[in-house]
Amino acid sequence: MNLKLKIWRQKGPKDNGKMVDYPISDISPDMSFLEMIDVLNDQLVEKGDEPVAFDHDCREGICGSCSMYINGEPHGPGRGITTCQLHMRSFNDGDTIHIEPWRAAPFPIIKDLVTDRSAFDRIIQAGGYISVNSGSPVDANAIPINKQNSDEAFDAATCIGCGACVAACKNASAMLFTSAKVSHLSLLPQGEVEAQKRVLAMVNQMDEEGFGNCTNTGACEVECPKGISLEHIARMNRQFLGAAISHSPEKGGGGGE
Amino acid sequence: MSEFREKTSIVDARIPEGPLANKWVDHKNHVRLVSPGNKRRIDVIIVGTGLAGASAAASLAEMGYNVKAFCFQDSPRRAHSIAAQGGINAAKNYQNDGDSTYRLFYDTIKGGDYRSREANVYRLAEVSASIIDQCVAQGVPFARDYGGLLDNRSFGGVQVSRTFYARGQTGQQLLLGAYSAMSRMIAKGGIKMYNRHEMLDVVLVDGKARGIIARDLNTGVIERHSAHAVVLASGGYGNVFFLSTNAMGSNVTAAWKAHKKGALFANPCFTQIHPTCIPVSGDHQSKLTLMSESLRNDGRIWVPKKKDDPRKPVDIPEDERDYYLERRYPAFGNLVPRDVASRAAKERCDAGYGVGASKMAVYLDFSDAIKRMGEDVVAAKYGNLFQMYEKITDENPYKTPMRIYPAVHYTMGGLWVDYNLMSNVEGLFVLGEANFSDHGANRLGASALMQGLADGYFVLPYTIGDYLADDIRTGPIPTNSSEFDAAEKEVKDRLHKLMNNGGTKPVDYYHKKLGKIMWEQCGMSRNAEGLREAIVEINAIREDFWKNVRIPGSADQFNQELEKAGRVADFIELGALMCQDALDRNESCGGHFREEYQTPEGEALRDDDNYAYVAAWEYQGAGVPAILHKEELHYENIKMVQRSYK
Repeated sequence: MNLKLKIWRQKGPKDNGKMVDYPISDISPDMSFLEMIDVLNDQLVEKGDEPVAFDHDCREGICGSCSMYINGEPHGPGRGITTCQLHMRSFNDGDTIHIEPWRAAPFPIIKDLVTDRSAFDRIIQAGGYISVNSGSPVDANAIPINKQNSDEAFDAATCIGCGACVAACKNASAMLFTSAKVSHLSLLPQGEVEAQKRVLAMVNQMDEEGFGNCTNTGACEVECPKGISLEHIARMNRQFLGAAISHSPEKGGGGGE
Repeated sequence: MSEFREKTSIVDARIPEGPLANKWVDHKNHVRLVSPGNKRRIDVIIVGTGLAGASAAASLAEMGYNVKAFCFQDSPRRAHSIAAQGGINAAKNYQNDGDSTYRLFYDTIKGGDYRSREANVYRLAEVSASIIDQCVAQGVPFARDYGGLLDNRSFGGVQVSRTFYARGQTGQQLLLGAYSAMSRMIAKGGIKMYNRHEMLDVVLVDGKARGIIARDLNTGVIERHSAHAVVLASGGYGNVFFLSTNAMGSNVTAAWKAHKKGALFANPCFTQIHPTCIPVSGDHQSKLTLMSESLRNDGRIWVPKKKDDPRKPVDIPEDERDYYLERRYPAFGNLVPRDVASRAAKERCDAGYGVGASKMAVYLDFSDAIKRMGEDVVAAKYGNLFQMYEKITDENPYKTPMRIYPAVHYTMGGLWVDYNLMSNVEGLFVLGEANFSDHGANRLGASALMQGLADGYFVLPYTIGDYLADDIRTGPIPTNSSEFDAAEKEVKDRLHKLMNNGGTKPVDYYHKKLGKIMWEQCGMSRNAEGLREAIVEINAIREDFWKNVRIPGSADQFNQELEKAGRVADFIELGALMCQDALDRNESCGGHFREEYQTPEGEALRDDDNYAYVAAWEYQGAGVPAILHKEELHYENIKMVQRSYK
């Protein structure tokens, strides 16, 4: 296959950046999209040009590193996949492909297609955990959990933190990401104790990072490579409202430390 | 006798006295403690945030130590433990199938082909049950049955169901649990997290590990970090083969720098070739994808009985299929350990019975399972793996058998550690895949997650205190000492050399070349002649690399090509050591198969009289053979026998 690539190049966080054209030829349809970029990069290095910087690691759709905006869609065409799981057989010979980084103010660009997603880490640090120390936990089967809740918690917990939900959203909202963690933990008895405190802290952090609000367009759910459901946003909103009314930090209501 | 220089000193693993089952409890009762007030005065550096590093960082911070954690990824949540699929073993005996600490211990020693340390493996089995408790308490959503209790599956090399799992994403769920625990301590100030930082050297002061030199990958700034102890949890080195199931960034650099500073590297040639991976499709391929071993619970492996059979797999009738694992190993069938399954696949393909375009693949067939359980049940168990397979190959495994072939997956070798998980360099601890300690010559499935979390949650937190008890009055370690000056200069000089050698070739060119040699000469089967040739060729690659590699841009910026170059430079040196180790070991055991040493049936032939030792190598310089130190392995509780899965 022969293709025309238009790729966002930006030297550093303060550089303005621009789209640059790169024709590329002899691409096999069996290559993954990132392998196609590897080929381009080796050609650039051989010419003495800087290769295109992009985040990637596991290349099997689970680490959440890769994050390209391809032809106007996070992770490109196809549903339920990350960029590294996209194969060139999804394109046609002669296609023009636009490749850009995630675009959201809370994800500043570091270089080319690489962004800083540490805002997600800070949302988890605000409360995305159960307060238990290593040491002497109770026997695992001492806490039976009904299968339906357990499965639903698992579905929420499959989020890979890639940020496609934010990139897809016209408001750059992080509600799908945040709600997935809120849902995962509050559906389990171990996590219910801190549920109120958690939802308030995480939503607060999300707002402080500058993520926008949710206007229910549902774009995040469509683009999520793991199929995380909008229902989690609804659950988080309910919990947030309940907690905002009844949670009293002074009395330690809702548990916590 | 080894053909390499050998030190007469036998390495002392400092295994506690007493009966096997009491060693760990007694040891814990007698190691020195550091009081809560003193822990505040002690700093610990942890490199790597996979299961071992993240669990250690969280645990030490909870105890009150000041932890500084480093990862090269943009978030600790992305460490490669995330990609582990199948499960985690624990001797819970929830299934009432007679499982026990002893059985898990025994299976692991046997699975490792009698090349691991009894005391360490017993401890691993002993703490395994607590890991599951800890993870459930953190909210890890393991699979459950309709009664709300935890479910188990079976894995290769064992006859009980002791594997806990979270669909095909167990590693992800366990890592997110450890990452959550870490995040909590980051928020509380117990951990200072350094994302996108790569350790480029360890700093020794008066012979003790007292800090690291790290590069901020965003800015290229070289930083000095000091601590009272340094913990490496930096993972395995499978990417020395270029193609492996490891993440693209997985590397040996942290461990290799420690090796160059005196830490012994143990059993480097023990690498695990996983039997069920998606076959290579062409030269463009950048990595290989694992299909979880759990698939062998219900999938059946076969090749056609006729060579070059042109028919589609579904058109080949039952009696013209060779279910070669079931034929050769009736007791374990498709669930033989990984090394055995991999070699059997290679044997069939080398004999001309391979399938697919490359003829280097065998079938993994689910049609019987679908008939037996229905497509829905199969989908519930393995759906995400089937989806992953279809995305990559464009074939539907519900309709046609998967094509699989072995691929490099895990490295049992690593930095040598004693019973306390400390290397021979004082104050340098090594956890998880980065150390060599528990898996011998072959790791059983679902044991890597167990070991990583055992080391981080339940072993290091106790053993490190025994070392740090001497440091309660030391005070902060200064970073302006001559040792830090020298280490920083060395790192900067090396980067300068890489950036300014005026070469023309990209890093991948060398990495692929190295990988090809390693796969052909030091992969699934090895022989003395091939290994000798490989060492010569690898040394030539090293010289060419340092003359002709080209890295555009500068070292003072985000520069991924420079990151790769540093890692590949270390892989090249490691490759030579792996071949040396494989050449030294004149026997076959586990994943190390020397063609000269096999039984008439083609099984691995061990030599317990001469090779029941850990080969721990001391660095002597690039291109110079390393010096061999031996740790003799003593089996007091298990009789060494020829492994049989028939």
